[in-house]
Amino acid sequence: MIEINRQGEVWVFAEQEDGVLSDVPLELLGRGRELADKLSVKLAAVLPGKGVAGLSADLGAYGADKVYVVDDDLLEHYQSVSYTKVLCELIQKHKPQIVLYGATAIGRDLAPRVASKMRAGLTADCTDLQIGDYEVKRLDQVHKDLLLQVRPAFGGNIIATIVNPDRWPQMATVREGVMAMPSRNGKVAGEVVRESVKISPEDLAVKILDRHRAAKKVDLKASRVIVAGGAGVGSKDNFQLIWDLANVLGGAPGGSRAAVDLGFIDHDHQVGQTGTTVRPALYVAVGISGAIQHVAGMSGAAKIVAINNDPDAPIFSVAHYKIVGDLNDVLPRLTKAIRTKC
Amino acid sequence: MAYNSIVLVKQVPDTKAVTGKAMNDDGTVNRAALPAIFNPEDLNALELALEIKERYGGTVTVVTMGLPSACRVLRAALCRGADRGVLVTDRRAAASDTLATSYILSCAVKHIGDYDLVLCGRQAIDGDTAQVGPQIAEKLELPQITYVEELHSIEDGVMTAKRNVGNGWEKVQVKLPALLTVMNTANTPRPAGGRLMMQYKKARSLSELEQDGGSAADAEKLKAKGLLIDQWDLDDLKADLQWCGRDGSPTKVHRIQSVVLTATEQKEVEPTDDGLRGMVHELISDHTIG
Ligand SMILES: Cc1cc2nc3c(=O)[nH]c(=O)nc-3n(C[C@H](O)[C@H](O)[C@H](O)COP(=O)(O)OP(=O)(O)OC[C@H]3O[C@@H](n4cnc5c(N)ncnc54)[C@H](O)[C@@H]3O)c2cc1C
Ligand SMILES: Nc1ncnc2c1ncn2[C@@H]1O[C@H](COP(=O)(O)O)[C@@H](O)[C@H]1O
Repeated sequence: MIEINRQGEVWVFAEQEDGVLSDVPLELLGRGRELADKLSVKLAAVLPGKGVAGLSADLGAYGADKVYVVDDDLLEHYQSVSYTKVLCELIQKHKPQIVLYGATAIGRDLAPRVASKMRAGLTADCTDLQIGDYEVKRLDQVHKDLLLQVRPAFGGNIIATIVNPDRWPQMATVREGVMAMPSRNGKVAGEVVRESVKISPEDLAVKILDRHRAAKKVDLKASRVIVAGGAGVGSKDNFQLIWDLANVLGGAPGGSRAAVDLGFIDHDHQVGQTGTTVRPALYVAVGISGAIQHVAGMSGAAKIVAINNDPDAPIFSVAHYKIVGDLNDVLPRLTKAIRTKC
Repeated sequence: MAYNSIVLVKQVPDTKAVTGKAMNDDGTVNRAALPAIFNPEDLNALELALEIKERYGGTVTVVTMGLPSACRVLRAALCRGADRGVLVTDRRAAASDTLATSYILSCAVKHIGDYDLVLCGRQAIDGDTAQVGPQIAEKLELPQITYVEELHSIEDGVMTAKRNVGNGWEKVQVKLPALLTVMNTANTPRPAGGRLMMQYKKARSLSELEQDGGSAADAEKLKAKGLLIDQWDLDDLKADLQWCGRDGSPTKVHRIQSVVLTATEQKEVEPTDDGLRGMVHELISDHTIG
């Protein structure tokens, strides 16, 4: 753990694979920028890898004032122990007050390991991050300007705000797509700080024999329009109605977990807490009841249309347009109305 | 060569069974109204340990930290083929966050000693944090293989496994001891065995025995039959109290809200051609669709 350091920077772990930055660190730079401005401190990215210095310009363009580059052949592939060492040594040296990670396969492997070594707190899968005060009435204490880490818990049935008042850095992970991607500004890279951390063979205890990265079949996050079907669609064949509407809208088809479990559509298309979190311009929910785990992944959509034959379906509580009816009747009409635009 | 496994299992409220009654008026969770279950992915971790035992020999020890009632998951594990159950229970462990939990569980693993593998579920459904496994690995200075989906082999103490990294997979090799976190896609957990259920029906921890009015002599009898579930507190583990419970937890809950969803301005659309056309026009005119 590090002592409380009000001048400490806000850090984002700049996850990359094969020299390509993931989306989440860029999304985190967007929110990180706001947090750093509020605290009047610098925003920095931490970039370990092999031959990755060239990515600093991108990180700068998305808002980083500073990039700590740790370039080492031994850091070519992510490994728990070696990357933990890098993060911990840099944290000890520079004492950031906040460190944010993407809740990706890598981030969820790394962040807890760093937290354990630093004996610092970590909040997983935050849906919002703010700066605010934390009052302990019992002790008549106020901790000013802490990182308020908001996350759903208990299967999404409650929303908890977590703070980490005295054992810093304050650390959190955030899922892909939860924070809006900032726009790229014309700014050239901020300051680039080269750091080196000694990696020994024991830090690379895991041998990677083979690895495979699949291109995502569907990129729900990048879709402006999503038409999602649930268990109510009834069958894989009937899911064609969903594809048809998605096609005329130029959007992507999505599904609830029940639809995925029933085999109507692949898991890549699942929206929700254990699927993808999306924030499209338009989300059409068809035959989806609106369980909290589903809603957690789509309530950020700008416009929500819900079609359900149960007028009391919970999905309607987040819908801008409520259509009570049988999807088998409504969908073909809606598809036609859009195709003909009149 | 035989390999000894320690599996960490958690008893969790069944978050899928959340109904109106499960929430208190103040927005907190009424745990008593929820059925307690074996954390699903911990069953996958247990299954993997049992498969390793069947393939290579060795033992399987299951450990849980929780209230005395969490003993139920230990019995469930014994009925599936685990050799030994350990309950870690102590009032001073209450309010532990993932860091404090991992500290206490790492003390328990050290106390057991003599292990080749520590297995956890990928995550527990009550918090979905997936933090406890990697944190225990760090505390024990073990390498970790998260998201294990397939175990290829263990040869001369070197394990080869496949892990699922979301957008792909990795085949990795590590010299044991190591900590694994296991995914639900790794296997299909076996059901409890009939014969084992008969055998372990009466297995009890000391606190359960006391609750039933049992005496020290009863405990001795159970122990002789191999039916006394080990029960340890923080003193048994020689845990440093500053890292346990509330004091050992850097994260604090500032606020809890139960979820109330509200939509801004809702329009009800008639499911007729006219109604739908009206909506489509609105969506076009506000540039939602092109
Ligand atoms: C830890 C956890 C994580 C989860 N993660 C996710 C997640 O990421 N994403 C997710 O979606 N779920 C998730 N779930 C599951 C979630 O709780 C629900 O079970 C699921 O979302 C229900 O899917 P559904 O709405 O399609 O099905 P149902 O709840 O069965 O709803 C079907 C709906 O279709 C309507 N309907 C039926 N026939 C018609 C018809 N002819 N016309 C119109 N409407 C019709 C019904 O009125 C009903 O409202 C998770 C659960 C847990 C516990
Ligand atoms: N109280 C506990 N007792 C035993 N094992 C636990 C406990 N809490 C967490 N674990 C283990 O750590 C894994 C991840 O838990 P979590 O970090 O809470 O998602 C679980 O699947 C268990 O294997």
